[in-house]
Amino acid sequence: MREAKKFFFHTEEMTVGYDGKPLIKDIRIELDRGEILTLIGPNGAGKSTILKSITRQIRLLGGCVWLDGQQMHQMAGKEIARRMAVVLTERIRPELMTCEDVVATGRYPYTGNLGILSAEDHAKVFSALETVHAVDLAERDFNAVSDGQRQRILLARAICQEPELIVLDEPTSFLDVRHKLEFLEILKRMVRERHVAVIMSLHELDLAQKISDQVLCLKGDHIERHGTPEDIFTSDYICSLYDIASGSYNAAFGCVELPSAKGTPEVFVIAGGGTGIPVYRRLQREGIPFITGVLQENDIDYLAACDLAAEVIKERAFEPVSRETYALALERLRQCREVLCPLRTFGPMNRRNEQLLQEAGRLGLRRG
Amino acid sequence: MKQQTPLTSQETQALQPRQKPQIPCASQTPQEGRYGRKTLRYGLSFAALSVFLLILFVWNVNSGSVNLSVREIFEILTQRRGDETAVNIVWQIRLPRILAAVILGGALSVSGFLLQTFFHNPIAGPFVLGISSGAKLVVALSMIFLLGRGTVAGPAVMVLAAFFGSMISMGFVLAVSRKVRQMSMLVICGVMISYICSAVTDFVVTFADDSNIINLHNWSLGSFSGTTWSNVAVMAAIVFAAVLLTFLLSKPIGAYQLGEDYARNLGVNVRLFRVCLILLSSVLSACVTAFAGPISFVGIAVPHLVKNIWRTSKPILIVPACFLGGAVFCLFCDLIARTVFAPTELSISSVTAIFGAPVVILIMIQKRKTV
Repeated sequence: MREAKKFFFHTEEMTVGYDGKPLIKDIRIELDRGEILTLIGPNGAGKSTILKSITRQIRLLGGCVWLDGQQMHQMAGKEIARRMAVVLTERIRPELMTCEDVVATGRYPYTGNLGILSAEDHAKVFSALETVHAVDLAERDFNAVSDGQRQRILLARAICQEPELIVLDEPTSFLDVRHKLEFLEILKRMVRERHVAVIMSLHELDLAQKISDQVLCLKGDHIERHGTPEDIFTSDYICSLYDIASGSYNAAFGCVELPSAKGTPEVFVIAGGGTGIPVYRRLQREGIPFITGVLQENDIDYLAACDLAAEVIKERAFEPVSRETYALALERLRQCREVLCPLRTFGPMNRRNEQLLQEAGRLGLRRG
Repeated sequence: MKQQTPLTSQETQALQPRQKPQIPCASQTPQEGRYGRKTLRYGLSFAALSVFLLILFVWNVNSGSVNLSVREIFEILTQRRGDETAVNIVWQIRLPRILAAVILGGALSVSGFLLQTFFHNPIAGPFVLGISSGAKLVVALSMIFLLGRGTVAGPAVMVLAAFFGSMISMGFVLAVSRKVRQMSMLVICGVMISYICSAVTDFVVTFADDSNIINLHNWSLGSFSGTTWSNVAVMAAIVFAAVLLTFLLSKPIGAYQLGEDYARNLGVNVRLFRVCLILLSSVLSACVTAFAGPISFVGIAVPHLVKNIWRTSKPILIVPACFLGGAVFCLFCDLIARTVFAPTELSISSVTAIFGAPVVILIMIQKRKTV
């Protein structure tokens, strides 16, 4: 009981699964108000199963879930409704309901026996619509709005339920980039302003990395890792979590990369300071193996080149290109059939790259 | 950031007719205006339908082999004064029949609304799902059984038998609905159940005593004729109780319209609620079948029309509106059934089918577009 007070929401040895068959065991979640916990993991790892067990859509197979010092399965439905709201993945197609009507269903736990909304309820519906920038959608038929608008309306519905905990199952899955950002921005702001706890599942690793306070990684039948985004989003771990055999995950950029082109390098790219990335991507797209250099280890191009280039000629961070490194680069350059140089300016640190370029010109390898 | 990003064409289109998105500070007034307009629409719809009901009521009292003036009707109804035959015709034949059409019509459409809510399916209804036919079969069996023993089935027995039959069909439909998700498949299964029940009923009727056949045959086609005051009393008690309960369930029905999972999150006891929906819709349709036989399409057409007239699906409005709408619809159809080929009477089901079935087709076409 003492421990139960410590966190706003926590689970003890929670076991979840369908039809009495345990899928994931010993789930331990500890979450305070104002925090966002994100579940990530491969498809079918059981993210939805965990969320459904928390929202009581499916029966818990073991352990217990505590909400604000109370065991959730002992709480009345109405009590839970006032504390926890959900945004689910299932598409709903209510008949002849305006967006405002859908949002207003969030007031259910607060209205009387016939569910008639008071002036105060109407005001809360309106303010929830304002929060998600959807006041102009109020009168539109819910089935006629776009996916992005639909998710915002469903979030408004959850907001107007005035919960302390919101559970969202892949809320951004069908949205385009702009609407993903908009949605998460609203969510983040709400967490800050209203001090709500959020548990959600996300497919987008880059977004999960940016929005979460805690990340829970599911794999197979257990929680593989649980920690801050900094602990989780390392290239090696993400690759092993998703079994990425071809391609890679770039932790610094929070993005995945296709595998680099294999084979004898044909092109040498003289780059630095971010000028190389578009060239690397084009070469990779065209399937041309390439070498790039000379890049200091703190160069942004270096971070990308490690995933994309067949070989990277590197120099230590903050150091000018040394004679030895230059010699190595020149040797590699001679073996290529073409040299590309997106770099336009040179300074003391990469003076030798300029020499490299001149050398390439002399050898008649230079293009672009 | 929001203003800078270009809107998609869909969004631009949506914004155009409303000219300017509401500015937060000025939004209070249009919002109130909106509620005012809605309330007006709801009020007008109720008033219009009530006026229709009144007109149809008078028209129904008046039509038949004996013609009466409106004043005569008024006197007969209020003071039971006037020509004795006329008083008898109105009080013993026409009035119970009218009340039966009103009560049972309302019951049917409320029952349809409940089934549509339950299955999240706009073309669910007691007739297409085979629930009426199940009720018909059991009622026919018990009528014949009791007639064979020399007794006539009373209204209470009929309702019980019909309820039993409804529940059997409902059981089948529920079992099927666990397997199929498509709404059209569910309806096809319902129609099949309906055919099986009708076939067995016909079979039983064919082998019944001659004297029973005419009675049974009329009833099994559907008709409001021959309703007695005691029947009216029983059906009124059952139907009003069930409709009142349904009305009291408005709030969970509203939550359930968003789907089971959202309803559960809002604190609805979904299992109990589903049982309530099934029981109420079965009681209502059983009551109709017991007294008037199976009546087609009212349960689908009326809720659909009503929702579109009121332009909402809020149960707190739609439940009473369905009742009113069903009453008007059945009264109108009964008028046609009685008068168009007088003195021959049409079965009520053939008239409701003519007006109701096109609505069902319309719904299917509309849904095809959106799904």
